[in-house]
Amino acid sequence: MKTMTHAAAAEVFNQDAARTRWHDETLWFVRQKRDRAAQTLPEWETLRSWASQIKDHTLSHLDEYLSEFERNALANGVQVHWAADAAEHNRIIHEIISRHGIRRMVKSKSMLTEECGLNEYLHEQGIEVIDTDLGERIVQLRHEHPSHIVLPAIHLKREDVSETFHEHLHTEAGNHDPQYLTEAARLHLRERFVAAELAITGVNFAIAETGGFVVCTNEGNADMGAHAARVHIACMGFEKIIPKAEHLGVFLRLLARSATGQPVTTYNSHFKKSLPGREMHIVIVDNSRSRQLGREDFRNSLKCIRCGACFNTCPVYRRSGGHSYHTAVAGPIGSILTPNLDMRAHADLPFASTLCGSCTNVCPVKIDIHDQLWKWRQVLAAEGHVSWTKRVSMQMAAFVLSRPGLYRLAGRMGRGVLKTMPWLAEHRWNPWSKSRALPEPPAESFRDWYLRNRKS
Amino acid sequence: MSSRDSILKAIAANRPLAQPLPLIDLSMVSRPVDPLESFRTVLGNIGAATVLLSSVDELSAELADARDQGLRVINLVAGAGAMDAVDPAAEASSLEDVDIACLSGTICVAENGAIWVPEQNMGNRLLPFICTQLMLVVDRADIVATMHHAYATIDAFAEGFGAFIAGPSKTADIEQSLVIGAHGAKGLTVYII
Ligand code: SF4
Repeated sequence: MKTMTHAAAAEVFNQDAARTRWHDETLWFVRQKRDRAAQTLPEWETLRSWASQIKDHTLSHLDEYLSEFERNALANGVQVHWAADAAEHNRIIHEIISRHGIRRMVKSKSMLTEECGLNEYLHEQGIEVIDTDLGERIVQLRHEHPSHIVLPAIHLKREDVSETFHEHLHTEAGNHDPQYLTEAARLHLRERFVAAELAITGVNFAIAETGGFVVCTNEGNADMGAHAARVHIACMGFEKIIPKAEHLGVFLRLLARSATGQPVTTYNSHFKKSLPGREMHIVIVDNSRSRQLGREDFRNSLKCIRCGACFNTCPVYRRSGGHSYHTAVAGPIGSILTPNLDMRAHADLPFASTLCGSCTNVCPVKIDIHDQLWKWRQVLAAEGHVSWTKRVSMQMAAFVLSRPGLYRLAGRMGRGVLKTMPWLAEHRWNPWSKSRALPEPPAESFRDWYLRNRKS
Repeated sequence: MSSRDSILKAIAANRPLAQPLPLIDLSMVSRPVDPLESFRTVLGNIGAATVLLSSVDELSAELADARDQGLRVINLVAGAGAMDAVDPAAEASSLEDVDIACLSGTICVAENGAIWVPEQNMGNRLLPFICTQLMLVVDRADIVATMHHAYATIDAFAEGFGAFIAGPSKTADIEQSLVIGAHGAKGLTVYII
């Protein structure tokens, strides 16, 4: 099946107007919680600068910090693996599972394992992994993917969850109470935790100086799995590294406030060593990150701490839903990370933006997200990944905009058409008139007004 | 070449010019006027209860009561009545019915309600997560202003494991409606001595 472009998928999402409005408003509400949390700290902008500078510094010494991390982790008795790409990441994990003959395993949230398609890969080998984050479990039971990196099931309503749980967990039909549904998931997943032989987690921050790493959750699922199982595998993209433990102070202050407006996540777990007789593994993944590091215009996308703030604020994300982005990481940051993975497949995504810059304003590590979206458009056009309609209309716009006389004529014609024949502009071939009313045309252009009113 | 070497080589070839680390100047960081008050307020906002005690001994009766009611209590706090032994290697199946775990926290963070619990205070790494109700006993002298101050005070990687815990487990994954009690403890009470 051919993947729908973002625009086509967004059109389908928008067919349910009430749900689209709910999605939009709910994410905006999360954005407002982020604002309130940020505003309580007078040093918020200083924190953002520190976080950004720590990440810039780390990227500029990344190979050294990764080697230091590896050395320290090995000294702690942790087994360190390196994966050049998604396939190698999946093979490494499969190998650990087979070596131990493991049957029962749980996984807490890791966007990296989504990026690598781990669940599907293991499924093909006849191995089932249970996702334990509530939102991820919901979408897993529905054979869907997370639609948001922090709020995986934000595209669903309580009725959807209730139906899914009724079918799979035998909850009461028609009981939509989130408290009841969460309790049912708790009981269902408790059994899985207690029986788990192996746990897979993500990594929020890996500390070069100590060889340890930090995993943040609100639900406690990473800890329930990692401490119950004999084998713990933590998977990280190589950009998760930070130099020192004291830098956690900066990042943990920003992460939850940016993500959900909480002052900090409930559980911030610092792992260094496994218990005697147990195993801890770390898989460090490249999967094209080293290529992105070499792209001067796009390298600082690797500073991302996956807080999701740019999703919640994005007017396009809020009104098109995460699945429209057809990638593991959706939203504005996904749209600058994924063209690096596959330019042709993701050429539509840098265009799924109004370039309003709101993402850049909220980003806790100061990634210039909207500039990068714009720059990707140039790269994609130069590489021939832009459709001819877009190319021709952009060329026409450039032609008119660079000729003041022509621009004035076009403006006069446009105002005339909107006044006398609005149906010429508001028709189904003009995507701008979808769910928008065109404005009343002004009587004259700003230029005419200015010339008339200018004090001589 | 191994994947390790080729990844490190590609990074070395592609990394940007050296950038300096910022100086984390704590004089730029705001501090709550009343750290104890802030700590209690934030904990209240994130679903935890706080109780001021003049001595840890005041907990003894409460824990004894809970035991009398047939609840399974694991108390690792000296001075709070009978103490229990817990095996660090104990399996989840032997801990899943723990109703109350009573542990000592160390550093408390006024700005966000987080409490540092090092592995040696947990008895078993699972205990603070798998119990139904978590009780943390802390000393009001250990309240610091922010996370920066906390990391300056503790050595977060001195042991094999440790965690900042801020409140009971929670989720809002169903329609963003907040539910306390996801996979970890359903309740947290902080006793401040
Ligand atoms: S790009 Fe910035 S705002 Fe977006 S998820 Fe990453 S850190 Fe958060």
